[in-house]
Amino acid sequence: MLFTSYKFVLFTALVILAYYIVPKKLQWPVLLVSSLGFYWYADPEHLPRYLGFLLITAVSAWVCGLLIGRADDISKAYLLEHKESLSKDEKKAYKDRVKKKKVLIMVLCLLLNLGILSVTKYTSFVITNINSFLKASKAIRIPDLIIPMGISFYTFRTLGYIIDVKRGTCKPEKNLFKFILFVSFFPQIVQGPISRYNNVAPTLFENHSFDDKVFFSGILRILFGYFKKLVVAERLVIAVKALSEDTELYSGGFVFIAMIFYAAELYCDFTGGIDITIGIAEAMGIKLEENFNLPFFSKNIKEYWNRWHITMGSWFTDYIFYPLSVSPRMLKLSKVSREKLGKGIGKRVTVYISCFLVWLATGVWHGAAWNFIVWGLMNFVVIMASGELEPLYEKFHKKFGLKKKKGYAVFEIIRTFLLMSMIRMFDVYRDVPLTFCMIGSMFVHPGLGSNGREAFAALGLTAADYGVIGAAVALIFALSTYKAIKGEDIRGRILTKFPLTLAVTSVLIITVLVFGAYGVGYDANQFIYNQF
Amino acid sequence: MEELIEILQELHSDVDFTTCETLIDDKILDSFDIVSIVAEVNDRFDVQIPAEELLPENFNSARALWALIERLGDE
Repeated sequence: MLFTSYKFVLFTALVILAYYIVPKKLQWPVLLVSSLGFYWYADPEHLPRYLGFLLITAVSAWVCGLLIGRADDISKAYLLEHKESLSKDEKKAYKDRVKKKKVLIMVLCLLLNLGILSVTKYTSFVITNINSFLKASKAIRIPDLIIPMGISFYTFRTLGYIIDVKRGTCKPEKNLFKFILFVSFFPQIVQGPISRYNNVAPTLFENHSFDDKVFFSGILRILFGYFKKLVVAERLVIAVKALSEDTELYSGGFVFIAMIFYAAELYCDFTGGIDITIGIAEAMGIKLEENFNLPFFSKNIKEYWNRWHITMGSWFTDYIFYPLSVSPRMLKLSKVSREKLGKGIGKRVTVYISCFLVWLATGVWHGAAWNFIVWGLMNFVVIMASGELEPLYEKFHKKFGLKKKKGYAVFEIIRTFLLMSMIRMFDVYRDVPLTFCMIGSMFVHPGLGSNGREAFAALGLTAADYGVIGAAVALIFALSTYKAIKGEDIRGRILTKFPLTLAVTSVLIITVLVFGAYGVGYDANQFIYNQF
Repeated sequence: MEELIEILQELHSDVDFTTCETLIDDKILDSFDIVSIVAEVNDRFDVQIPAEELLPENFNSARALWALIERLGDE
């Protein structure tokens, strides 16, 4: 039962209805039962294993959170009681002992849950690579492991929680069932956002009275998500599939078309899915973090990664990049590199080492395949190159006064869009050497070839499809531009008048039903980010 | 405090760090800058800023950062 099935729409409608009609104290239990029910209904055959993994993750983090919290409470009470009798050094030694204990609990929890994630998600990849070095007779059998639905997302949410509890920035949740709800909340189980406990818990567990503005705000967002997914992404996926499967026919200029089509498809698929997720939560008064902020309006790759899949980026920054970069060893290395290489590049050496490891981890997180790893490293290369070329850019900008020119800003936006779209091709062809070849062919033979017209017609979309996609993309672009200029979503204006709200809601429902891509040839049940 | 302003100015010479209170909120400092600042602070003040202190409120202004350095130095 995935987001675009009728069953899911019906299920969600019933959950929202139940949420508002039960006594308020039963609202979050309704969500817990629904979330576990969603997990069951999504794949009843594998439920015991799915649920087993999810519960191990939730219970282990809950227990470890409580143990860390208890260690904190005991330490505070002890220090208060012995405030006068302990010397400064004794207090410091005691605090260090408590810190070590907390770190040990956290590390055990991280190892257990990263172990589950690694075994279920990466065993097959590792064995396949080992087998490629072994003789066929010595090949290791690949176990038939099932990857639990949404494991990367719920594991990261849980690990973020336990690290925050250890850091003291989050209080441990005492109620196990509330914590299981945080880990399993059904709208965000399959593709995020990777929420932080502190951000979600207040509205997830509080009581909500029905508020038509809040409700319709959520409904509008859900419908817009379906619009992006069903009207645009589900059409483009057909053309992208054709472009990536027949690489002999669709080389040269067709690679550029694949780049643009896949950028639009992925954007509408992923942001559409997140709109549905956030919209469902919003319709019940629950606030989830935003995962996108007009990513295709970014002027450079760093900005892009602050606007695209925001919760994943901030997760890697807070829990991997920072701890690595400011660890005593890295600080020591930074000092040495600055002394040996000079302040400029010496200062950046450790930042780049951490950055490399973060992008390697980001690639691995996206999938157990070389194309994802190379994709991650390509991002690192571009970020590093941009950093190193920055002084040169600055001089260039100053000399020609480019920073103040609007035309140059548009150029930067298009440049970033094209660069990111090109890197994303590793995701399309799923084969590293092939991707490099295809990108190369785009530059060597930029045209569509003598049979270009026929080949384009064979992509599987009709003129009407292109018309619908064009109109929909133009609308999405116009709404994004509105948000960029005004600094707020257009929903705010729509919601000020109830008749207008009803009219827009109706138009969106009709548009999705009439222009949504369903039926033969379409597989709307799969979201690209489900696989992660 | 003057030495801290000097460190910050080396990163962004065009920013008035004595008055700006929105260094993180306005995305003036990014994660690379923060790591560079931590390394410089460690060197010049012999104060190690741990990862859990890398919070927006500690880096939004030079004043907040100075308060953090003083607090960690006292511990």
